[in-house]
Parts: sequence; structure tokens; C-alpha cells
Amino acid sequence: MGWISPFTLNRLGMLNMNRRNVDYIARYNDRSSYPLVDNKLKTKLVVAEYGVKTPRLLQIVSQQHEISHFRELSADLAGFAIKPAKGSGGKGITVVTGRDGDEFVKASGARIGVDVLERHLTNILAGLYSLAGASDVAIVENLVQSTPDLARYSFQGVPDIRIIVFQGYPVMAMLRLATKASDGKANLHQGAVGVGLDIGTGKSLNAVQFNRPILLHPDTGLSLGNIHIVAWDEMLEMASRCYEATGLGYMGVDLVVDVDEGPLLLELNARPGLAIQMANGCGLLPRLRAIENLKRPHFTPGDRARFAMEEFHKR
Amino acid sequence: MSTRSRTPFYIAIFLIIATGISLAVWRHIELGIPWLTGEQRPVWMVEARVDFDATGGSVTAALNVPDQPPGFHTLSELAASPGYGFSILEQGGTRRAEWTKRDVTGPQTLYYKVQLIPDPDVRSLPAKVKPVARTVFWEEPEATAVREILEQARQRSSNPQSMTRELIRLMQPDTGTQNTTLLIAGENYLDLLVDMLNFSGIPARAADGLKLEDARRRQPLLAFLQIHTGEKWLTFDPRTAEQGVPEDLLLWRQGSASLLDVVGGANSEISFSMLRQTIPAIQLAAMQSKETGLGFLSFYELPIEEQGMFRMLLLLPLGALVVAFMRMLIGIRTSGTFMPVLIAVAFVQTTLIPGLVAFLSVVAIGLLMRSYLSSLNLLLVSRISALIILVIFITAGLSVVGYQMGFNTGMTVTFFPMVIIAWTIERMSILWEEEGAREVMRQGSGSLFVAICAYLLMSAPLAGHLTFNFPELHLVILGLILLMGNYTGYKLSELRRFTPMKVYD
Repeated sequence: MGWISPFTLNRLGMLNMNRRNVDYIARYNDRSSYPLVDNKLKTKLVVAEYGVKTPRLLQIVSQQHEISHFRELSADLAGFAIKPAKGSGGKGITVVTGRDGDEFVKASGARIGVDVLERHLTNILAGLYSLAGASDVAIVENLVQSTPDLARYSFQGVPDIRIIVFQGYPVMAMLRLATKASDGKANLHQGAVGVGLDIGTGKSLNAVQFNRPILLHPDTGLSLGNIHIVAWDEMLEMASRCYEATGLGYMGVDLVVDVDEGPLLLELNARPGLAIQMANGCGLLPRLRAIENLKRPHFTPGDRARFAMEEFHKR
Repeated sequence: MSTRSRTPFYIAIFLIIATGISLAVWRHIELGIPWLTGEQRPVWMVEARVDFDATGGSVTAALNVPDQPPGFHTLSELAASPGYGFSILEQGGTRRAEWTKRDVTGPQTLYYKVQLIPDPDVRSLPAKVKPVARTVFWEEPEATAVREILEQARQRSSNPQSMTRELIRLMQPDTGTQNTTLLIAGENYLDLLVDMLNFSGIPARAADGLKLEDARRRQPLLAFLQIHTGEKWLTFDPRTAEQGVPEDLLLWRQGSASLLDVVGGANSEISFSMLRQTIPAIQLAAMQSKETGLGFLSFYELPIEEQGMFRMLLLLPLGALVVAFMRMLIGIRTSGTFMPVLIAVAFVQTTLIPGLVAFLSVVAIGLLMRSYLSSLNLLLVSRISALIILVIFITAGLSVVGYQMGFNTGMTVTFFPMVIIAWTIERMSILWEEEGAREVMRQGSGSLFVAICAYLLMSAPLAGHLTFNFPELHLVILGLILLMGNYTGYKLSELRRFTPMKVYD
């Protein structure tokens, strides 16, 4: 691997970490909105008012003594996900896909006893996964069943779609596919595959793993060249609506497509990463500046989504 | 959302940095605090020794001592004389050291020592009252001779200085005119010069100087001539007519007061010894700061213990600067933002290699124990608490083993902040479980690399010297850190990370 000159990066309009922090996150994201996105429970409640669906909430564990009830309540659950409300970067998320007698089957296929899940809940409550180690609550959500046309690309985990939303406009999107290397998680820095999506059409552009361009999924061996997301405009509008819900000027919106319920919001991120640019093969800066220079912003999420589809369509 | 103008911010940063630098420069000039460590300054130690025989009864000995001699700066003075009361008196523009004692008999020796720093900028104080020429009466035939010589000197000169120079030359024996021989035969040569100049209307007086030469003992005072030009006293060598005070000349006595008065003693004698010393410039500055009133701006007045603490504390901003640089400009990932600084501080106290070995072994053993703790299924707080105790056990163990094996470095392991290490172990082990050993290695080695860089900077003698003696330079560091916080360009690591983008260019 070599080096790239800063001038080339500038020409490509690559957004970098320092500029993202100073010029976008610090300027457009009001601190008071952070607790909203840093807490998945609050996010669920607030976006619901704006017509954005999230996976069904099954249970909230907020006290140590409630953990003992978890055993009873989970008795008739087949698939669910345990998440720390304040976790970040997918940390502390345990996905249970089914049962095998008394044991639970994890997404990876591993079988674990209820005591492991209880210890996990204890860790969540103590704040092991939360930012700055604050005490936390655990939420138990219904398991998302990904649509088969997308699920086949992913190794084990549910593929999700990350959309960068700037001042309510969806500006860039990518599909994240879990791999063996990422342990079934959709985190790019852990080795998940990022597939850039054309904002105009929802079709795949390029794919990267560990920041390197790839053509085939390393585990499933499927070509990543002609993925097409259905109901794309609906998803963009949904992401755009999160701006009204949270007031965050610059954020990452993570969506999944459930086979029964359609697009669902997984979580919001006030500090979305930069790898999405490599998956798309272009920088964010020209698009962000285009929005900043708009004389008359659009007022409805639908208008903004349509504007973005026309403006940022890749020819 | 509106973008606030950045101009006031940049002006503020500029002001902060400028203030820091100018304060440092000012204190360097004013207090003589050196920029570099180990700078040495010469200091003259001059000792006046007064001997006399006490006649029995009370004794008062008064010695004229220098008061701001031109070209020198008094650093300290002290008197050593057993059983005598001592004080420095200032009267009528002269300083006198006075020793007093009741009922003394036999030979007595009194010492007065003064430390002087050569400083060409020091000028003698202007006289408070403008001196006027004394009236002098001459008997004939001297009066005629004097008038004639003065007339000759006046002819060859244009102002009091040149007049004095000419007069000295005319009075030299080799010029040997009749008139001079007549005059010199009668009187002390220097007194004669003083009288003649006063007679011609130029205020003049005698002064005593001491030629400074290293390690000389029993040196006499040399007589010098001073005239007043209306603004200041000028010094002349009455033997060579040379004007000005040579660099190695200390004017011990200026003015008309007598050099030594001893009441109640006989056979008084005075002699001088001198020694050229060199003392570290920084020590000199510390001593001087007390006098100049600028001392409040430095740490020299604090108790030694506090000074030691500040010496350490003032290094921290340097570590913070390194961390800011490494993270924001280079893009090295560390575990915990300022853990590298704390590790570096510990390294400063343990020195690098022993510190590194100790740190790595504590963390490695800690990680092993932590993996056992995690299987116990404990609550987080108690797990961390247990880890803190374990870390203390490990450090204690390492110290004892190290001591038995003959490394006393083991003892210094205790400088590591235990709680921080415990947290580091906890975070690293969670990182290990979640993101794998790769990420642990990357962040761990990143932290250590930054810590070593910070250590190298913090342990440099010059860094310690500048941060402690010029605390205002921290304003510069502050400015630099603020400037870095404003950097929105690419990090060095991003130039590597984004390399695959080349294909799209």
C-alpha cells in the first residue's frame, strides 16, 4: 500500500476526520441532541412520532433485579437482539436467532446458556459498553428478518444500509455486509464489506473491505456489482425524516429491510465514519458543500430525498 | 447555521503566543535567566580584611564599602567577625559597614565579603546634589606655579575632561618643568591634582579602586581621580591620564568619606583578597529575582518541595502537546486520550528502559489475571476494583523480585498510576474480546509510541529547564494546541488510509 497526496484527496473532495469533527459535527450537531442518538431507547421513541419504524421493542432491562425475570420472559422468544441502549459502534449487541432446547443459538451458530445472556445483561447495566462507562439499560428487540435478496450477500449477520444525512438531505449511502472476519457484525473496521450505493437509484457502485476495493464477497463469493435496493426512495425519505426527529445536521442513519415490516431504523449515529467515501469511490465534501450552498432548502423530507436523488445521481 | 468568524480566534492565539514569548524574553533580559541549561556566569568574591589592635574599651570600626560601583552588580554581602555587632549604614551618599563591640583588647580581625557580578550596563548613580568646586588657597610661590600649569593645561584643552587629561600629563615627572617639581616636592601627588582642579573650578575628588585579578591576596587599593562634568563623575587614572573605569577595576570608595575609621583601636590596616568564581547562571538569576521584585513571576520563592512538584507538573503540557500532535496531525490511535502522558510521566521518574519493562510486565500479567476475572462473572465496578488491587500486588511483587535480583529500578515501578493501569488493562481486555488482538496491539503500541515520544521530549534537560524557569512559555504551548485544534486538513495516517481512492482520480 502506498500513499496518496493530500492534493489528490482534495481534488476528490474526501472528507477527513479533523474536518468532519470541526466543520460538520461540531458546527451542525447540537450537543443537546446527542443523548437522543446515543441512547437507542430514546431514539426509538422519538423517531416513532415522525413515522419512522424501528424493530419491535420486546423488553427493557434497567435494574439488576429485573435480570432474573429475563429468564421467564425470554422463555417463549425465538429470535431477539439484546442491545445496550447507550452502546456505540455495535458494541455489546448479542443476536439470538433461535433456540436449541435450553440453549440459545447465536447468529454465529454458537450455543450459549441463559446464564451467559444474564451476565451480558449485567455488563450492559454496569455500563461496560456505554460511552464514558455510564450506567446503562439493556433493550431486547425483535429479531430483524432480512429480505432474502439482500441476506444472501451477507455472511450470517443482517445487512444494513448506512445513509449520511446532512441537514435533512441524504447525501451518501452504502450497504454493509457482515463477513466471517467481522464475526457477523456490520462494522467496517472489523472487516465487514461496504458497498457504495448510488443515491439516485439504490444500485451498487463499488465495494471495499478493510479499505481495499473488492469485487466479490469474501465469504459468500457473490458478485457485489449489481445489487439493487428495492423501495429506495422510501428509504431515503425515511432517513431524511430523522432530521426533523432529532435536529442533528450531520448524522449517519442505519436502516435494515425486514421481510415483513419493510425498512426499519436500526440506530442513528452522530459521528458517522468516513469509510463510506471509499465504498462510493468519491468524496463527501462536494455534496456537503452543494447542500450548504443551497439558496432555498426544501422543507419536506420527500422533497429533500427527491432533490438528493437527482443531484447526487451517479452517471 | 451561521459560521462564526475565526479572525478573533486567530488574533487571540497570536496574542497568547506573543505574550508568552515576550514575557520570557523580558524575564531573560531583566532577570538574566539563561535560555540554556548549564550556563555559567563569573562572579567576583572580594574580601576586605581589617586588622587593628584594640586598646581596651569599646571599639567602633567603620569601613567604606562599595555602593553600586560602575560595571558591577552587588549580589550579596556579609561580614564575619565574632562577637561584633554589625550593620550597614548609609549616610550622605556613602555606605559604611560598621562593627561595634564593648571591652576589647588585643589584635582584632574583621572581614567584609562582597559578591559582585560584572555587568557593563551598571553606571554609577548621578549625584543627588550637584557638587561644586572647593575653594583652595595657595601660598606663594606655589600659587604662581599652579596658575601657570593650569593656564598651560587650559591652553591645550577644550573641556573639563581634556583639561584634566592635559593636567595629568603636565604633572608627570618626565615633563619635568620647574613649576611641577616645586609643587610635587611639597605634597601628595593625587591630593595636589584634586586641589588644582578644584582651584580651576572643576569639582574633583579622589577615589580608591581595586584591580580584580583571580586569587590575589593582600592587594592594595589604587588611587584614582574623579571629576564632575556637571552630569556625572568621570574617573581618570592619575598615572596614565587614561579616562574611564577599566573592566577589571572595582571602585571601592568614591567620594570624600574616609576609607576606614577605627575608634578604640590602633595600628589599623586594611587588605583585600579576591577570587573569581563561576556559578550557574540560573542560580544567579534565582538569587537576583528576590531583589528585583520580579520574583513573584517565578517559582524560585516556593519551598523546595513544591518546586519539585511544579518541575514535574509543568512538563505535562509538553506531553499533552505531543499527544495532540500525534493524534490530530499524525493520526496515531491510542487507548485512552491522555494515558500516554501519564505513562510518559512515570517513565520520566523510572527512566525509559526499566519503566518500559515494568509497564509491559504489569500490563501483561494484569491481562492474564483479568481473563480469569472475566470468567468469574463479576459486576464491572468490583472487577475494576479487584484489578486495581491486583495491579498493586503485581507492582509490589515486581519491586521485591527486582530488588532481590539487584535491580533497584523495581522500586520505581510504584510511580505508575495504578488506577490508570487497571483501567487500561480492563479496556484492553474488552477490546481483545470484541475486536481481537490486532486492535489491542495497534492501540497498545500506539499508546506506547506516543508515550515514548512524550517521554523523550519531557526528559530532555532543556525542556525541564525552559518549562520550569519560563512558565510563561506554556502560553505558547497553549497557543499551539489551540492552533492544532483548528487544523481541518488530512492526517498523515489518512494519506495512507485513503490510498485506494487513487483509482477514482
